[in-house]
Amino acid sequence: MNKNQVLGFLKKNTMIIVLLIVLGFFAWRTGGAILLPMNVSNLISQNAYVFVLATGMLLCILTGGNIDLSVGSVVCFVGAVGATLMVNLNVPIWLSIIIMILIGTAIGAFQGFWIAFVRIPPFIVTLAGMLAFRGLSNVVLNGLTVSIKDKTTFVNLFGGGADCYVRDFFGGSDLNLTCLFGGMVAAGIFVLLQVTSRVKRVKKNYEVEPFLTFIVKLVAISAVLLIFAYKLSQHKGIPTVLIWVMVVVLVYGYITNNTTVGRYFYAVGGNEKATKLSGINTNKVYFLAYTNMGFLAALAGMITIARLTSAQPTYGQNYEMDAIGSCFIGGASAYGGIGTVPGVIVGAVLMGVINLGMSLMGVDANMQKVVKGVVLLAAVIFDVVSKRGGKLFAKN
Amino acid sequence: MAKILLEMKNITKTFPGVKALDNVNLQVEEGEIHALVGENGAGKSTLMNVLSGIYPFGSYEGDIVYDSEVCKFNDIKDSEGKGIVIIHQELALIPYMTIAENMFLGNERGSKFRINWNETSGLARKYLDIVGLNESTETLIKDIGVGKQQLVEIAKALSKNARLLILDEPTSSLNETDSRALLDLMLKLKKEQGLTSIIISHKLNEVSYVADKITVIRDGATIETLTKGVDDFSESRIIKGMVGRELSDRFPKREPHIGEVMMEVKNWNVYHPLYSERKIVNNVNINVRKGEVLGISGLMGAGRTELAMSIFGKSYGENISGQLFIKGKEVHLNNVQQAIKHKLAYVTEDRKGNGLILSNPIKINTTLANLDEVSNKSVIDKDKEYSVAVDYKEKLKTKCPTVEQNVGNLSGGNQQKVLLAKWMFADPDILILDEPTRGIDVGAKYEIYCIINQLVSEGKSVIMISSELPEILGMCDRIYVMNEGRMVGELDGKEATQEKIMTYILQSSGKGEE
Repeated sequence: MNKNQVLGFLKKNTMIIVLLIVLGFFAWRTGGAILLPMNVSNLISQNAYVFVLATGMLLCILTGGNIDLSVGSVVCFVGAVGATLMVNLNVPIWLSIIIMILIGTAIGAFQGFWIAFVRIPPFIVTLAGMLAFRGLSNVVLNGLTVSIKDKTTFVNLFGGGADCYVRDFFGGSDLNLTCLFGGMVAAGIFVLLQVTSRVKRVKKNYEVEPFLTFIVKLVAISAVLLIFAYKLSQHKGIPTVLIWVMVVVLVYGYITNNTTVGRYFYAVGGNEKATKLSGINTNKVYFLAYTNMGFLAALAGMITIARLTSAQPTYGQNYEMDAIGSCFIGGASAYGGIGTVPGVIVGAVLMGVINLGMSLMGVDANMQKVVKGVVLLAAVIFDVVSKRGGKLFAKN
Repeated sequence: MAKILLEMKNITKTFPGVKALDNVNLQVEEGEIHALVGENGAGKSTLMNVLSGIYPFGSYEGDIVYDSEVCKFNDIKDSEGKGIVIIHQELALIPYMTIAENMFLGNERGSKFRINWNETSGLARKYLDIVGLNESTETLIKDIGVGKQQLVEIAKALSKNARLLILDEPTSSLNETDSRALLDLMLKLKKEQGLTSIIISHKLNEVSYVADKITVIRDGATIETLTKGVDDFSESRIIKGMVGRELSDRFPKREPHIGEVMMEVKNWNVYHPLYSERKIVNNVNINVRKGEVLGISGLMGAGRTELAMSIFGKSYGENISGQLFIKGKEVHLNNVQQAIKHKLAYVTEDRKGNGLILSNPIKINTTLANLDEVSNKSVIDKDKEYSVAVDYKEKLKTKCPTVEQNVGNLSGGNQQKVLLAKWMFADPDILILDEPTRGIDVGAKYEIYCIINQLVSEGKSVIMISSELPEILGMCDRIYVMNEGRMVGELDGKEATQEKIMTYILQSSGKGEE
């Protein structure tokens, strides 16, 4: 590898490198506590809602830097309705889940309608939604807390409570064998997919990345998967919520990368007029982005009440900011058209690691916010400056 | 011999990996109009950026001698202080400010805390009179046309006491009349004010009309300087210098094989989307045949783009009425999807704004209008997409390292090829090409013409909208002349001349509604 290739590699993987550095820093400051199996497991459970929301937010941001401010309130509202249904009205759990999903999606579609077809600026529509659904959550809950502790099936399914891990089918004692095995299968599938696609490309004489980078990438990602699985298996195994997160990440990663619909999101953000004149219904793309955001907000709402085993009118506050922050830290462009699901997940993990690390170090909660703000600003400054070829100041 | 106002000596400018300018020499005498010509990417703009201080002293080699002293400009302010003012191709005016405000933007009259509006408008009036613009100084920029905006830019330059005016492609978005007026203004300023100017242009007829000297730049080096009255100033002579070879024929030959009527438009009317009483297209009847290159000639603002876009799935206008027949059957195209399905394609004149996604690679742009072709149940086959893009890259001779390259990094001519590739991949029968060669150099133009010939030889129909008369005359089998929203003439390609087309336009101008 020559110097240019190294620079290119660093540029492409900046956030991963930053993540490693930050992880190393906290491992040092906390005496390795952040790498304890329990904390790794907590990192997933605590931030599951961020992963889900950030994935949805990415689609909105892709359409042109548009954000959805209402997600925190929608999370709260969906949770409030769900808890009320399950506890106060004794509606069966499966029906409650369906209703929650439908409500979230309907809210998304409602906001999407004004944004896409009437062309009201998303900032305004979702600001209105943020206010309205926060108020409605209060109305639904009467300002009270509804505990869903007794609904163990629901709580366990969405990753809350003490027993929110996938059962170990092999009955390992210290090590959760199912988890370890799952990690190995995942790494195996990943390697297999990468190798077959490379072989196919070589056969057809297409461009492929240098062999060395390819191998390094394969080894690094497989190693991360295996270490991760090993850590989890040392704790209690796979948190159920991880399954949800993985499904969301894989499905949306696939959609954005491989489908025509996914392509449309990037195209609209890149040049809406050109996209329209290419025969693509851009209104539908906006509509889809916000409807989908509502759908994922509903999922995040279920994850939230399950983890906290209750619904309260204050839940979900600032969730939208976590999601938006993760997107921008993860390399999404504030002007739209650029950003990937894996990138956003790295951004969300970075935020999560900083949170967890500072909590373990006993940093004051208010200072944590300051640090997060600085990280967000620094990440975007870095992104903009590196795109300008390393010049800090914009040309006057 | 007059005094040398500007001399650029052995200018060399390197960017990482490329030598943009290689020992360029340029001499401009006081009071002359000096034209700079060359293909896209030859280095004209780089040279002017060096001169105006956008690339500061130290970032290039060589000397700029201006008014007999060596200058070291660090930014535009320095060069403007010496009276060197550059007017860029994309006008830098603010639409919602008045003419006077725009003219003195960054150069406000009065003190820092209190702008002297009387002085502002008084001075603005004075300079507007010099350039012959008869508009109130309080008119908003958005309310005047591009031609007048160009005059405001010149007035603004004069208000900065310009001694050397640099105009980068000043007429690229002007119609013939406005272009001529602008060139005449340059001649007038030269005569009355003794103003020295450098003009960069692709329009060679304008260059030979207005310039005293022409310097040809090719591949970052000065090739030659031609002087009026001494050297041959003809277009073919200039082209020879630009491309380094004789272009015996600017338009490739083809054997026309014209078949039955492919598309017919009857009694087509279109109204303005905002001012619904304004008729933009007025009762137009046209048809195009299989294997035919049909030209639509006319001035800027004649309604040609609007006509094309209204046909293309009602992409422009309100209250569209009339009938559209494709292959003899009446069709109703209410959106772009339907238009594409009926094998119609519209290649926009505004490739950056309406045509391409500049931040995306060539391959993604190539397939955007026909993603179904490279996907299976809405899952994109990326290998197929890649090979399609490579295919078109080779077919159209697009110059790029790989199809993974972002379109924004390509030159104008190559961007145009990507745009053409995109619509050729949509597999249309009828292609409407709107100003397909705007802002691209002679060599690339020739290649675009070859592509057009290839398309019609495959039995497709091409409708070419162009403001350049030689191109229309050289390429088209049949020509419609459009003016003020109406079709005012139809000519056979062989009989058509510039004079005939202009006569149709002039005779119909101002007649308005029937």
